[in-house]
Amino acid sequence: MADPEIKSYEPFHESHSAAVTESRPARAVLMAIVFVFLVVFLLLPLIIVFKEALAKGVGTYLESLSDADTRSAIRLTLLVAAISVPLNIIFGISAAWAIAKFEFKGKAFLTTLIDLPFSVSPVISGLVYVLLFGAQGLLGAWLKTHGIVILFAVPGIVLATVFVTFPFVARELIPLMQEQGNGDEEAALSLGANGWQTFWYVTLPNVKWGLLYGVLLCNARAMGEFGAVSVVSGHIRGLTNTMPLHVEILYNEYNAVGAFAVASLLAGLALVTLVLKTLLEMRYGAELAATRGH
Amino acid sequence: MEVRVANVRKEFERFPALHDVSLDIKSGELIALLGPSGSGKTTLLRLIAGLERPTRGKIFFGDEDASQKSIQERNVGFVFQHYALFRHMTVADNIGFGLKVRHGPTRPPAAEIRRRASELIDLVQLSGLEKRYPAQLSGGQRQRVALARAMAIEPKVLLLDEPFGALDAQVRRELRRWLREIHDRTGHTTVFVTHDQEEALELADRVVVMSQGRIEQVGTADDIYDTPNSPFVYGFIGESSSLPVKVENGEIWLADRPIGLQAPHASEGDATLYFRPHDVELLDGCSGCIAGTVVASRRVAGTRRVELEIGGERQRVEIELPVDHPAAQKSRVAFRPGRWKLFPPA
Repeated sequence: MADPEIKSYEPFHESHSAAVTESRPARAVLMAIVFVFLVVFLLLPLIIVFKEALAKGVGTYLESLSDADTRSAIRLTLLVAAISVPLNIIFGISAAWAIAKFEFKGKAFLTTLIDLPFSVSPVISGLVYVLLFGAQGLLGAWLKTHGIVILFAVPGIVLATVFVTFPFVARELIPLMQEQGNGDEEAALSLGANGWQTFWYVTLPNVKWGLLYGVLLCNARAMGEFGAVSVVSGHIRGLTNTMPLHVEILYNEYNAVGAFAVASLLAGLALVTLVLKTLLEMRYGAELAATRGH
Repeated sequence: MEVRVANVRKEFERFPALHDVSLDIKSGELIALLGPSGSGKTTLLRLIAGLERPTRGKIFFGDEDASQKSIQERNVGFVFQHYALFRHMTVADNIGFGLKVRHGPTRPPAAEIRRRASELIDLVQLSGLEKRYPAQLSGGQRQRVALARAMAIEPKVLLLDEPFGALDAQVRRELRRWLREIHDRTGHTTVFVTHDQEEALELADRVVVMSQGRIEQVGTADDIYDTPNSPFVYGFIGESSSLPVKVENGEIWLADRPIGLQAPHASEGDATLYFRPHDVELLDGCSGCIAGTVVASRRVAGTRRVELEIGGERQRVEIELPVDHPAAQKSRVAFRPGRWKLFPPA
């Protein structure tokens, strides 16, 4: 059978009509403002981080990175990310599934609640845990009698990080899943797939790029979080210092090279994240477009 | 497989979408659920599929009560209006999906799944497109993949939700004929939803006309078209004209004149007369007829449609005339409906 309506799937390029294009000087001024702003506020500080880190040569740079406390800070940061990112994936997928795929009372409230960590100062996020788990806190006495240490230890840092990062995955997935609707899942069920097969073969592949994007942002934040972690960590060198906290300590000790060396690692992470994000957007722009609505 | 819908009621958040609907579908039959949007036709289809559970009533597959079975257990093939193809799978993988997700001994080996898929691809005439992804297919091709995918699980019943709704007119007509052929060849009991009466009347063995959550009429295309059993069916299927009339002593009166139609069994008093604009007998003289003044005349394909203003009440009705009929030019036209029906006053 001939099918006369095969469409071409060329991406649609938006052209700028002459009517809405600014005059040449106006364009130059606008672009200059943006450019100067970016250089002064973003590029220059980034360059300074690397310049300071390498101020006394590569040898000193590597030496300060191999310092025991620094290495333990790096390890802790990786550990915290390794725990909080998977937790966020599970939470994010569950929340997005619940919000996008079925109706229930309090849905609007849940959606708002997910955004809470974005609107609350990270310091408050940390303080909440102090009030909850601290010696004078709500659960402090109970925890103490059972010998569970949360505050000023790794569990507290993980909790604070999870709290601060939990909107990332969920917010990427919710608009994507809402846009895709239930059709594919209904089709899979009607073909005999069970719930798990439907999730694994249909839902997850449909959102995988959005999910990866969310994980990337979540990871960057988990490794870089300062405020909330600072409140609950207790700043014990070699034990409860993450990389951002360690940068501060080194800097306060006038160890500029050490501070900037660790900072350069964080900056490097940011750059890698940026590159990966850009690559993802280039490759899967259309799929991600739905998630960029916020 | 016979399907029996017995006194099914469905409410969404207390809002009734279906009121006490019953329907018997014979094995191997091709049935259309036809109605305007909001009539409950898609809800009924989804209830049969198991995508929704009835608030009251039961659904039987053969002698078996399927009401409490999940959609997986019911083994139905469902084709969605917007295809719902898995976008990250090729055509062949889409079609094989239903076999791949089976468990234990019922799951065929991979080679068998591939063979089944390629058989179905031949059946829906998409050979050569096995490796394509849904985004690389046209709308008509996607819908055929969706049908092949639904048939791959050897369903007891095939259910199609506005299968051609998203396609343009020419492809629709082609697919319609093709679906009829496939149905005749495979013999699946098939139910499809449509709001397109032409599609329903042309394609289905029997048509179920629905309105506001109720079944108005069930019958063949001839039944539905020639003897509509309600003003709704008259108005919804084909063209219709209506006039307020009175029944006195078994005769129908329009205002103060009898119009030459006998209705010995109708109840006395006010009523509404329904007839088809094309099913009228034109008269020269008028003793017992409906007479009116032509106020508008339109050419519609092979006929001419004229609008008449009738009597002192200035009721307007439409009738059809042959294009070259002299009455079309006359200012006064007299006629009598051929096939007609009386319903209580609107």
